[in-house]
Amino acid sequence: MNMNLTLLGQMISFGIFVWFCVKYVWPPIIKALEERETRIADGLAAGERGKHDLELAEKRATDLLREGKDKAQELIVQAQKRHDEIVEAAKSVARDEADRIKQSAAAEIEQNRNRARDELRGQVARLALVGAEQILMREVDEKAHRDVLDKLAANL
Amino acid sequence: MSSASPAEYIGHHIQNLTYGRLPDGSLGFAEHAADAKAMGFMAINVDTMGWAILCGVIFCYYFRKVAANVSVDKPSRLQLLVEMVVEMVAGSVKDAFHGRNALIAPLALTIFAWIFMMNLMDLVPVDVVPMLAQAAGLGHMKMVPTTDVNATFGMSISVFLLMIYYGIKVKGIGGFAGEFLFHPFGKWMVLANLPLELVSFIAKPLSLSLRLFGNMFAGELVFVLITALIPFWLQWAVSVPWAIFHILVITLQAYIFMMLTIVYLGQAHESHDDAH
Repeated sequence: MNMNLTLLGQMISFGIFVWFCVKYVWPPIIKALEERETRIADGLAAGERGKHDLELAEKRATDLLREGKDKAQELIVQAQKRHDEIVEAAKSVARDEADRIKQSAAAEIEQNRNRARDELRGQVARLALVGAEQILMREVDEKAHRDVLDKLAANL
Repeated sequence: MSSASPAEYIGHHIQNLTYGRLPDGSLGFAEHAADAKAMGFMAINVDTMGWAILCGVIFCYYFRKVAANVSVDKPSRLQLLVEMVVEMVAGSVKDAFHGRNALIAPLALTIFAWIFMMNLMDLVPVDVVPMLAQAAGLGHMKMVPTTDVNATFGMSISVFLLMIYYGIKVKGIGGFAGEFLFHPFGKWMVLANLPLELVSFIAKPLSLSLRLFGNMFAGELVFVLITALIPFWLQWAVSVPWAIFHILVITLQAYIFMMLTIVYLGQAHESHDDAH
């Protein structure tokens, strides 16, 4: 337990070791540690950001999907509507056409009937005349009885 | 060592290899404790110096090796070990020291690593190196520098000087002196304050070095006692548990010395008024 020059020697050695450590040991190691710390922090932040991006993308994809579905639904409704319209239009055109044909057929029938009636009427008049001649056995002056005959024909 | 009595054996083991002027006027190594004492201050403990410097050089060599090849992405195993120590020290400094000083952290690292290395010498079986030294003609060889008060005081006085230096640098001479005069009882109790503060100030380096010295000396002494008093075939039953326990002690002592250094220098950087 003697105090001697060793004390000074130890202080000098201590000073040298501390100086060495301050200058050559501590700074590079602590720099590397700090760099690794920033790198890890950056990596974690990037991971977090990636996760967030993924969430956003997923949400966007869901939105797009829903939008597409809605649009398809709308298209189907529109097509249905258009289909109904076309069918309706075709029906109405067909009905018009049928009416037109019916009318023209009715007109023709009416015409034919009128013509047949006129013809029949003429023939009946002539027949009546012939009949009357036979009954009277004499010449009927057609000119004298024209008005009678015409009246008859008109009554038929 | 069966030829010597236990007392001689123990006395032999706790004496340093001291080089200085012998009573007959020539320079040489002291043979007995009385000779070493007679040399006074102008002598040097060659074993303490040698082992301490060796430990410091080993610390510097390995830490510098890591620092020079430091890799952020692919650290070697040695680098991981060094990083573990550095992070522990950096964390302690961050917790206990609030000033701005680039010296404190490396200083704390040096203290921790150097003291740990010196304490570690304690785990070398007590007879191996002294016997080798004896074979080489050196009468004494204490392997553990921290069992020599010169080594522990060398460090604590250095820390003490740094405390004074930074105390004056940060607070100015007036502020530094004011801490002794106006605390803890205010400026009307200067006569009471001065002795109180002086004693507590001087007690810091004393407790710092004597705590380390006491622990290490006692630990070493237990090893020596085990070797001296217990038959060789039974020594393992005591020395092995003690050595395992001692691993804890040497780490703890290195840590305490480092931590108190940080705290004391932290106190030197902040005035009482800031803290209250």
